[in-house]
Amino acid sequence: MNFLDFEKPIAELEGKIEELRHLSDTDEINIADEVARLQAKVDKLLKSTYAKLTPWQKTQVARHPDRPHFSDYVAHLVEDFTPLAGDRAFAEDRAIIGGLGRFRGRSVMVIGHEKGRDTESRVRHNFGMARPEGYRKARRLMAMADRFHIPVVTLVDTAGAYPGVDAEARGQAEAIARAIESCLAIRVPLITAIIGEGGSGGAIALAAANTVVMLEHSIYSVISPEGCASILWRSGDNAQDAAEALKLTAQDLHRLGVVDLVVPEPLGGAHRARNQTMDALGDTIEQSLTALLALDGGVLRARRRDKFLEMGRQGVH
Amino acid sequence: MNWLTNFVRPEIQQWVRPKEVPDNLWHKCHQCGHMIFHRDLEKNLSVCQHCGFHMRLTVKQRLDMLFDDSFYQRIELPRVAPDPLKFRDSKRYSDRLKEAQGKTLEQDAIAVAHGTMGGVNVVVAAFNFQFMGGSMGMAVGEGLVAAAELAVLQDAPLVVIPSSGGARMQEGILSLMQMARTTVAVDRVKEKGLPYIVLLADPTTGGVTASFAMLGDIHIAEPGAVIGFAGQRVIESTIREKLPDGFQRAEYLLDHGMVDMVVHRHRLRETLVRLLQLLRHPKPPGEVVPLPREPILPVDGDGRV
Repeated sequence: MNFLDFEKPIAELEGKIEELRHLSDTDEINIADEVARLQAKVDKLLKSTYAKLTPWQKTQVARHPDRPHFSDYVAHLVEDFTPLAGDRAFAEDRAIIGGLGRFRGRSVMVIGHEKGRDTESRVRHNFGMARPEGYRKARRLMAMADRFHIPVVTLVDTAGAYPGVDAEARGQAEAIARAIESCLAIRVPLITAIIGEGGSGGAIALAAANTVVMLEHSIYSVISPEGCASILWRSGDNAQDAAEALKLTAQDLHRLGVVDLVVPEPLGGAHRARNQTMDALGDTIEQSLTALLALDGGVLRARRRDKFLEMGRQGVH
Repeated sequence: MNWLTNFVRPEIQQWVRPKEVPDNLWHKCHQCGHMIFHRDLEKNLSVCQHCGFHMRLTVKQRLDMLFDDSFYQRIELPRVAPDPLKFRDSKRYSDRLKEAQGKTLEQDAIAVAHGTMGGVNVVVAAFNFQFMGGSMGMAVGEGLVAAAELAVLQDAPLVVIPSSGGARMQEGILSLMQMARTTVAVDRVKEKGLPYIVLLADPTTGGVTASFAMLGDIHIAEPGAVIGFAGQRVIESTIREKLPDGFQRAEYLLDHGMVDMVVHRHRLRETLVRLLQLLRHPKPPGEVVPLPREPILPVDGDGRV
């Protein structure tokens, strides 16, 4: 288990519990009591810590290396997943994975960012930072889903679109703009879940959806707190201040009317109970999907477009 | 206060003080360093006569140079809730806004006007880089939506002239949402069969490029304009090497297939006029003889007319 800075007291207690368990030969009853007492303390501490995470702490939780990723959700929630590769123009971008599968009995097109788990897979997936080909593949798959009346579910988890010379040369901006356009054009249900980091243009490219769901400790922002701090405070050290100011937590975004639903995470964050988290998100997606499938394609499209056309018109909700 | 301070002292000061020279009579070209007299610069549409460098224009200069006889009507844009996040860095966002409004005498970073270009009715939305770097927040989104609605209402082409560093960070996620919002707005114009032309001015970057600015039927760029998604410093720190010469310049985008043409400011208006007339009057100007055609009559079930 990886621990975050602010989890240190919790890590120490859990270390003690682990030690005690190894000493289980002598005075078994006493040790069991002690373990139970410490475990209760851990739970209490987790509860109090996670009940009042600061936006900067949430940013760290959202980027936690053990947090479930796209591939975990697909393995856990989607049967018969069949990845589809390539943008049909230049390359296959593994920062965005997409494909057909069966989610709770229904055919769906699942598309999302994959950050990778270890060094090798992180490099292969470019840390979840897509190049134009990734967005062009997403666009191709959305159009295909539209053609076959298959709903689209996108899982967003990216620090942002890849800032590289090659990405710019091949039209990163255009690729993102077209992906947004596709999100807003299709006549099938589109549900987005922000499962970790929703980083700027790289995120909205997959997230102009009928229903936008966020996990309790995920973040979604126009710029990373570090990037914002280095521009407005002229120092990356002010990332905590920027995280506060940007209002990037699920709770703030729900209040602002940008996010429709917030899915609670298990005690201590998604990384502590991965399956429970994935099931909870699966339930929410299923409910949203059922509601949206009752609507006609034209209505789905019009409502999605109207929703984004209104963003900011009324000010704050 | 009295006759001495109010009248005599200024009189004397007028005698003693050297004649004030407005400091903006001469402009230094950022590219070649030549000093250019302001009248020459104005005549030359803010293009350096020595090296051809295109300086940034104010909204007024931009609109004046594009519309027929510099005649157009600006429309008032709906107000939005200011500072939705109560954002504060070293300064309050609300103070930054007021400062920018005082400096530019504009409400926000976009102006919308309508008039004619070569006789074609056109709606123009022009960004004002002087207003917080032309950044896109809710007010800019509102401006683009209003421009698109006006274009549809008037059955007129829409010309958008971005000059913007991207999304306005101080409006957080609501600025990001403007990317989707403006995409819907310009799509509505395109859906009506109306031309949507983007004139990319220096600079067009970030969330502005990655939304409506790359969705035009036609993309025209001004020479040397920086156009791209990621900022150059960000890219440099990612790849840890020097960027290629001319990277993210208009000419680079032309070479990479992202814009239709790079047009010198002196030929911008005539180019726009020509395109608008071609798009809006597809018939050749000569005599058109319609082909004889069978009249289409309703057919009943038996196939008899």
